[in-house]
Amino acid sequence: MSIIMDVMKTAVRLAPGSWLPGGTPDPLMNKHGLIGKPASRIDGPLKVQGKARFAAEVSLPGLVYASLLYSTIARGRIATLETAEAEAAPGVALVMTYRNAPRMAPPPLMMSAPKAAGASGLPIMQDAEIRWNGQPVALVLAQTQEQADHAVSLIRVTYAVAPAVTSFDAAKAKARTPENILGEPSSIEIGDAEKALKDAAFKVDLIYRTPRHNHNAIELHAATVAWNGDQLTVHDATQMVNGTAWTLAQVFGVKEEQVRVLSPYVGGGFGGKGLGDHQILAIAASRLSGRPVRILLSREGVYRVVGGRTTTEQRVALGAKPDGTLAALIHTGVAATPTRNVCPEQFSFPARHLYAANAIKVAQQVTDMDMLANIFMRAPGESVGTYALECAIDELAEAMQLDPIELRRRIEPEKDPTSGTPFSSRHLVEAYRHGAERFGWDRRDPTPRSRREGEWLIGMGCATATYPYYRMPGGAARIRLTADGRAIVQMASHEMGMGTATVQAQHAAERLGLEYEKVSFEYGDTSLPSGTLAGGSSQTASIAAAIIAVSEVLTKELLKLAGNDSPLAGLKPDEVEARDGGLCHVDEPGRFESYVSILKRAHRDELVCEAEAPQPFEMWKYSMHSYGAQFCEVRVNAVTGEIRVSRFLGSFDCGRILNAKTATSQFKGGIIMGLGLALSEETLFDERSGRIMNPSLAEYHVPVHMDVPAIEVIWTDIPDPHSPLGAHGIGEIGITGVGAAVANAVYNATGKRIRELPITLDKLL
Amino acid sequence: MRPFLYEKAADAAEAVHFFAQRAQAKYLGGGTNLVDLMRENIERPEIVIDVTGLSREIRDVDDGGLVIDAGTKNTTVASHRTVRERYPVLAQAILAGASAQIRNMATVGGNLMQRTRCYYFYDDAARCNKRERGKGCDAIEGFNRIHAILGASSHCVATHPSDMCVALAALDAIVYLEGPQGARHLRLVDLHRLPGDTPDIETELRAGELITAVEIPALPFAIRSTYRKVRDRSSYAFALVSVAAALDVDDKGNVRDVRLALGGVAHKPWRATAAEQALRGAPASEENFRRAAEAELKDAVGLAGNAFKIELAKRVIVNTLQKLAMESGAGS
Ligand SMILES: Cc1cc2nc3c(=O)[nH]c(=O)nc-3n(C[C@H](O)[C@H](O)[C@H](O)COP(=O)(O)OP(=O)(O)OC[C@H]3O[C@@H](n4cnc5c(N)ncnc54)[C@H](O)[C@@H]3O)c2cc1C
Repeated sequence: MSIIMDVMKTAVRLAPGSWLPGGTPDPLMNKHGLIGKPASRIDGPLKVQGKARFAAEVSLPGLVYASLLYSTIARGRIATLETAEAEAAPGVALVMTYRNAPRMAPPPLMMSAPKAAGASGLPIMQDAEIRWNGQPVALVLAQTQEQADHAVSLIRVTYAVAPAVTSFDAAKAKARTPENILGEPSSIEIGDAEKALKDAAFKVDLIYRTPRHNHNAIELHAATVAWNGDQLTVHDATQMVNGTAWTLAQVFGVKEEQVRVLSPYVGGGFGGKGLGDHQILAIAASRLSGRPVRILLSREGVYRVVGGRTTTEQRVALGAKPDGTLAALIHTGVAATPTRNVCPEQFSFPARHLYAANAIKVAQQVTDMDMLANIFMRAPGESVGTYALECAIDELAEAMQLDPIELRRRIEPEKDPTSGTPFSSRHLVEAYRHGAERFGWDRRDPTPRSRREGEWLIGMGCATATYPYYRMPGGAARIRLTADGRAIVQMASHEMGMGTATVQAQHAAERLGLEYEKVSFEYGDTSLPSGTLAGGSSQTASIAAAIIAVSEVLTKELLKLAGNDSPLAGLKPDEVEARDGGLCHVDEPGRFESYVSILKRAHRDELVCEAEAPQPFEMWKYSMHSYGAQFCEVRVNAVTGEIRVSRFLGSFDCGRILNAKTATSQFKGGIIMGLGLALSEETLFDERSGRIMNPSLAEYHVPVHMDVPAIEVIWTDIPDPHSPLGAHGIGEIGITGVGAAVANAVYNATGKRIRELPITLDKLL
Repeated sequence: MRPFLYEKAADAAEAVHFFAQRAQAKYLGGGTNLVDLMRENIERPEIVIDVTGLSREIRDVDDGGLVIDAGTKNTTVASHRTVRERYPVLAQAILAGASAQIRNMATVGGNLMQRTRCYYFYDDAARCNKRERGKGCDAIEGFNRIHAILGASSHCVATHPSDMCVALAALDAIVYLEGPQGARHLRLVDLHRLPGDTPDIETELRAGELITAVEIPALPFAIRSTYRKVRDRSSYAFALVSVAAALDVDDKGNVRDVRLALGGVAHKPWRATAAEQALRGAPASEENFRRAAEAELKDAVGLAGNAFKIELAKRVIVNTLQKLAMESGAGS
């Protein structure tokens, strides 16, 4: 008996990957110390003082400034190109076009190799070919930004225009099914959903449309780059330092180790700060001119060369039985994409995991359009997919005269509806219950147009939020434990303002039993152990897993170092725990020695350990997702159709929340971006020319302060037993479901179903 | 942006003098519109003449009116006590525009002379008769949600984007000018032109003429005036449709006088004379407001993206007048 108990105990304390399938949960999962505390962001004071140095603020001796000229046609060839006047303009150091650009391999397409970061795989300034409207056709380097911008305006280009596919309707007619959708099957069929739909007692069969969106992070895309022989240094604004370094090495034919990418601060990423043409062109120009180069895209430039969310047309059809369960769930559709692209806008993902149905059909297609490659944008796919799916659920509930939350309760699945795997942690029904209570859902009258205050019609709506849990393989962390009892945790990861550095410092301090002030987290530099990208809301879990792994190694090394003269002598790693700046026996806390003492006795300045995170096996074994219930109250002006969101509440189920303050900001930020998606954001892509017509913050309408009501955020805080720290990433889920919650509220207020985003006032007149 | 000369004028005469030095000259107010357009290479002056150093006063005139110097900042006008008390429509219109930062920079003269926000005007890759006469207009069959429904032509469907001007049109403001041929003045409603086949000529200003001031005549019933702006977000967006209105209702509930102007609908701030005429002397009723609105928009033409503005404008006219009528204790 006691032997079994001992085994159990040690198993509980086992650190690395113990939370993986077959193991036991991370002991820190339920420990209430630093983890979960609303610590303020470490980078906050630096940023408000202007001391955080961003990519476009790095100064290097001899620096020259780049400016880009963009094509004005979507398809064709450059016919003539006159650069003499630009070359002669004041301050100009170089004019680069396809004629003199160094030969470069196209960047390997994302997911074609572990660190590939190419967004489109097209050649970059290698030929006279034009492939989208806005493609860079020339780059000027000059002593100042103004001189470079001026010289660019002196370049004369004419084009031989070729027919271009820039109409979504035309492209849709030739839509094709891609091999896969981000590694998942393009279509899944379980049973005969169309037949089940036909026979269903209640049904809805609807088309939803969503527009293009562009990235508008406050920090414009920028890089400051320099060659030293074959050594390349890139000060970048990126969510993927290692991917960028590896991919640049392929493009420029150097070794990965010869490329160093630094990105300590990123002024907003949202999926848009990856490797684009602009860094590659700046690096090429630097090589050609022998000068360090800074490139800072203009706001227009970001619209021309950095993709965003793309147009979708989605069909959602639901068939229900009289008892309110689903006979059929169909979610199919097309996304507008260019030929070579990695972002199919996975709008059908939510329908694969959210609800139980006897028969399911999901299928996604893409098009071959002559357009800038769309790229990831906060919850790509899920944001617009939940709009369609969750509006349709609302419409079905109405057809059945059921409360939409009750309908969702009845179609809550026991296991993943398409993969059949068990859920690692799913408390969506609870999230709805808490949210409904707090929001006052019972005050909603299901009959549209039943609440009015003066000119204003008032309505409430709700929708499910969901986003997958991801943990990326391949990340490693290093801990430097110093003789003064401090720890520096290092991993080439990213801080785009989410709170990464703060949260991982909290985590590491708790894990190592150190005071928070004694731990620092270093990131954003490829000279550190390789991290994973900050994307897919995966970074928090990925870093946490690596820190767990390295702290286990550290414990082993410390015990070795402690040797026989220590109170810890003879103890095994699984018999000790970290606490009060040292290690102690789990059952006899008196058997303790501090890190300072261990290192001092061993005459060591520091102890350095490094380890890689285990493979993310948890993702294979479980269906892992985050959930939420979004609640919205809108006021719609009966005269003008103006829509004002008056209240919003998000109730989330995302595993354990690691920092209440940074988490709240992430959720709120997602919701605010969702309000933009619902009500105002739309890239005006002129289908005649393939040109974006509103590349500015004046005419591309993100929400302003007055569009954003008080937002309340609550969460279940139930740890996922199968993820490191019990946590899920939370960067993206906030935006999901918002479009539908707003649309459903608008319906409740006005009796009008708006099935095309954004919901502008003219649609309600 | 092209390299250019910069001069700061001490007074109007000097400004006019500098202007004559170069073929391509531009006066510079707060620069919130001109500098943007220079960055886009849409405006390419050889010289800019900064006129923010000119007098910037707001003065009462004897008959109860007000004179506002052209260099006065938008914020200053909106927060001026007399403006707020006697012409609330003007203060509201200014505050409904742009952002606090832009209003702090923007001048009255610049606001009057600001150029359209048509996407195709702003992009020199597009065709635009306003930028290059005879080139064609890409807006007519393109994105035209923010474009004109009144007084447009087959050459141009752009709108004048100013909010302030809509209030000034309703208030019958007078614009004072000084130019190489001396001083003169115009009614504000005559300052901006309809596009016709010369949309590149936007105003009646002659070459080198400088706006020196704007006068708002006395209009006692303007203490009951208001500005209603409908736009795509709560702030920091141009008007889809806006209405500036002042209403004077007698004891019998009849309209003694009314001022009405529309924004976001035409190449110029649109004084709604047909509606005013229909209303004068008539009972201040919802029915009559609707009739007046119909009369004003009788000739409105919608494009694919902006046809909704016709109904929207009518509704906002009716709604705004009703509110004013209600305030004056009359009406429906
Ligand atoms: C993002 C954004 C949003 C905006 N939103 C709104 C809005 O919602 N509503 C609204 O009404 N406005 C809006 N504006 C426009 C703003 O009101 C104008 O830019 C501003 O009023 C122009 O004033 P300025 O002094 O800066 O003009 P400038 O940019 O200096 O000049 C504009 C033009 O006026 C000419 N000019 C200047 N002074 C004189 C003079 N004394 N005599 C003759 N010509 C002169 C210049 O040569 C130039 O052609 C917005 C602007 C921006 C950038």
